[in-house]
Amino acid sequence: MIYGVVLAGGIGSRMGNVDKPKQFLQVGNKPIIVHTVEKFMVNSRIDKVIVLCPQQWISYTKDLFRKYAVVSDKLDIIEGGKTRNDTIMNAITFIENTEGLDEDTVVVTHDSVRPFVTHRIINENIDAVLAGTACDTVIPATDTIVESMDNHVISQIPDRSKYYQGQTPQSFRAKEFQDLFNSLTDEEKRILTDAAKVFVIKGKQVTLVQGETFNIKITYPYDLQLAETLLGGEKDC
Amino acid sequence: MLNTVYRLVEPRRFEAQFTDINILDDNVLIRPTHLSICHADQRYYQGTRAKEVLEKKLPMSLIHEGIGKVEYDPKGEFEVGKYVVMVPNTPFETDPYIGENYLRSSKFRGSGYDGFMQDYVAMRRDRLVLLPDEINLNVAAFTEIVSVSYHAIERFIKFSHDRRRKIGIWGDGNLAFITALLLKKKLPETEVYIFGINEYKMRDFVFADGTCDISEIPGNIELDHAFECVGQAASGNAINQIIDYIRPEGTISILGVSENPVPINTRMVLEKGLRIFGSSRSGYEDFKGTIELYRENRDVQEYLERLISDIVPVKTMKDMNTAFDTDIKKPGGKTIMLWEK
Repeated sequence: MIYGVVLAGGIGSRMGNVDKPKQFLQVGNKPIIVHTVEKFMVNSRIDKVIVLCPQQWISYTKDLFRKYAVVSDKLDIIEGGKTRNDTIMNAITFIENTEGLDEDTVVVTHDSVRPFVTHRIINENIDAVLAGTACDTVIPATDTIVESMDNHVISQIPDRSKYYQGQTPQSFRAKEFQDLFNSLTDEEKRILTDAAKVFVIKGKQVTLVQGETFNIKITYPYDLQLAETLLGGEKDC
Repeated sequence: MLNTVYRLVEPRRFEAQFTDINILDDNVLIRPTHLSICHADQRYYQGTRAKEVLEKKLPMSLIHEGIGKVEYDPKGEFEVGKYVVMVPNTPFETDPYIGENYLRSSKFRGSGYDGFMQDYVAMRRDRLVLLPDEINLNVAAFTEIVSVSYHAIERFIKFSHDRRRKIGIWGDGNLAFITALLLKKKLPETEVYIFGINEYKMRDFVFADGTCDISEIPGNIELDHAFECVGQAASGNAINQIIDYIRPEGTISILGVSENPVPINTRMVLEKGLRIFGSSRSGYEDFKGTIELYRENRDVQEYLERLISDIVPVKTMKDMNTAFDTDIKKPGGKTIMLWEK
């Protein structure tokens, strides 16, 4: 089975003067998380969608989806974990306890605050995993990357052509992630920033899926304005 | 759901823009798979439409010829994964005398109303025709232009007198080829003659009963009826030549689109008692009829397949330009975009 795993664990600490996690803010006529989840609900290759959010936001999220009539047997809303990878592990444990986990269980993990993800990106994620490797959605880096070891002076400027900006989805076989994650030391877990790194530090291949510049993560108030502007291109048809 | 729409914002420049699709309403979500470029799309892309038309209609997603897969149907009536042809004409009323494609209230995709260059196309369920499993998908992509010929022929049969021994078709492009092919299927007893200017193009009309350069038409030719499939500035010359060669009481079907008004020899139209009628676009029933014709005539699909000049995979915005630029350079035929964007 193929699962869409929507990560809504953020508590929105980076957003400015707002009182709730950023995934619940409106873009157009709907909360961002509803737009994002709908992308997975309509994709015919996705069998189930699991939304993971902080425990105190579960009831709110359930009511929100009810309000926007996104109610389906295809959708489950459960509690996330402390870190991004703990949240993914919660999703995998949930799958194990419900439909069961096997070698063919694929998870397409995605930020709830990236509502502009496209059909192609989701499908190429699924194709990459079915072809045998985990994958990460990226776009080529446009800004020059500067490294500083002491946060004061530049230690080096790497060749930009070899650098990419990570987006989501990140996709992989659930069982493989579970095995790799459980084999990590606490020290290894401490340096994890995302799911792809679990595979990379264990020497596993992670292939690149071409993202889109507009597949933005709504993190700062500026992003919310940008998202509204992007949608402002709507034309009455 | 936020949907990505790839719109032409100015000649030769596409941009990703976004709409909010309500997935709870009655529409069926179609994932486009094979899109075909038409002359009308090229006129927008190259900016050859009048400046005020471009200003009024752009930004707009192009393409009105295309097929796709059913991705999501809130009612579950259309089977997910099945291929459908998308009907670009969208009527908002019915009339006992006026066809859906002639109602001024109808909207047409790729002409003031977003076309099929989108992540998903939210289609009204009465605008979808299911494709048979055995169909050639690249051919099915340009069902729309075939349905335009189908529509014109159906009207021609209704409007013209029954002596249809010889019919002339002016033009040697795609529309002429398709119209000639369908005429031979609909009226197998009729002799169909092609009048064009490109010998190399006319050579491919092997199913026709004859071809003729328009500068060398024999004086003794007798045509009962004729179709004009030339369009643009030359359509006036074609119509007037038809008027010269057609027999009295004949019917002339005009199909070529001209940007500007063209002068017609009305004196001879009156003297010969000719009937001239126009056709534009097509409706749902024409699409259904066309698909049925494909199903019954395997050779029609084979001939139409020969019209395909290029198949261009489209994964990036740059690929969109590549497809349109490739289409400009081709001597004839259809360019198909394999939609992977």
